[in-house]
Amino acid sequence: MALDRCAEDPRPFIERAQPTHPSLIDTEHRLAELYHVVNVPTLIWIDENGRICRPQDAQFGTDTFTAFHGKHSAPYLDLLRRWVQEGAGALPPEEVRQHQLVPSPESQQARSERRLAWWLQEHGHAEAARTHFERAAQLAPRDWTIRRGSMPILGQNPFGPEFFALAEEGAPEYPMEALTPTRQTSPTG
Amino acid sequence: MATTAFTLIDDDEAKTLQATLLDERVLLAPEVLREALGWELRDQGLCRGPLCVPVADPEHLAPGGRIDLCQLAEVLGRPLALAAREGVAVLGTAAPERASRLASLEAPDFSLPDLEGRLHTLAEQRGKKVLLIAYASW
Repeated sequence: MALDRCAEDPRPFIERAQPTHPSLIDTEHRLAELYHVVNVPTLIWIDENGRICRPQDAQFGTDTFTAFHGKHSAPYLDLLRRWVQEGAGALPPEEVRQHQLVPSPESQQARSERRLAWWLQEHGHAEAARTHFERAAQLAPRDWTIRRGSMPILGQNPFGPEFFALAEEGAPEYPMEALTPTRQTSPTG
Repeated sequence: MATTAFTLIDDDEAKTLQATLLDERVLLAPEVLREALGWELRDQGLCRGPLCVPVADPEHLAPGGRIDLCQLAEVLGRPLALAAREGVAVLGTAAPERASRLASLEAPDFSLPDLEGRLHTLAEQRGKKVLLIAYASW
């Protein structure tokens, strides 16, 4: 799902990809809150019984930006393929819990501030919106769905100098990333 | 005291209710609180149905009988984002509640639109493996 401000931002990507799966728009960041997503891309595995069997993970389907983030797609695609075809790679419940990123009171306050900022922006209160986007950012400095996600809304380029300054602070990291072997080129054993 | 229309976004549902704005404080009449949020202040504390939360200082929560929205959020342990001048607030989900839902490993259901505006839910996919990908144009 696209954590975008409107359907028009991701539309060119979706139309070009022609996906056979549902491709959804989440302008209010409902998914981000329900699943405690702090950056994109974030991938979560859900089994046939509706249970999370691999928690939030930041992985890529291509190597387009490997030079920037250092992760390779092939090992992750292997893991995915094995899960789909053989049911392998899903984690037992205790391991899922141990590697889940969980929200804090500050991060939940930040989400409420961001939600308010979004409403204010949508209803023509740009100045007040900015105040609350800033408050959200202060409360959750490592939540890029807030810090980078609000850049287009605030007229900043999420691929420009403000983003590079943000990246200097260090990207958010999920506990699961330490377990997923994508920082090397060889496929999983 | 005069009241004005106030928008309260409670668990992602926008509700319009009558509130008294005093300085930066948002005060709700007891019947408004009961109708909009289901809570009321009784002798046992702040109650919703059979559930009651003890209130250490009822006068602080409800000065003159009207419930202060910020104090309400604090008693309930929920985050509140307030833009009093613009007449809107977001009452969010408490971290322990969100965390315990995640720890249950039950994938929360949702209903979101595609590009054509058609709604899709996670529940529709039950019986299949689901790879949930959050991405963005940014």
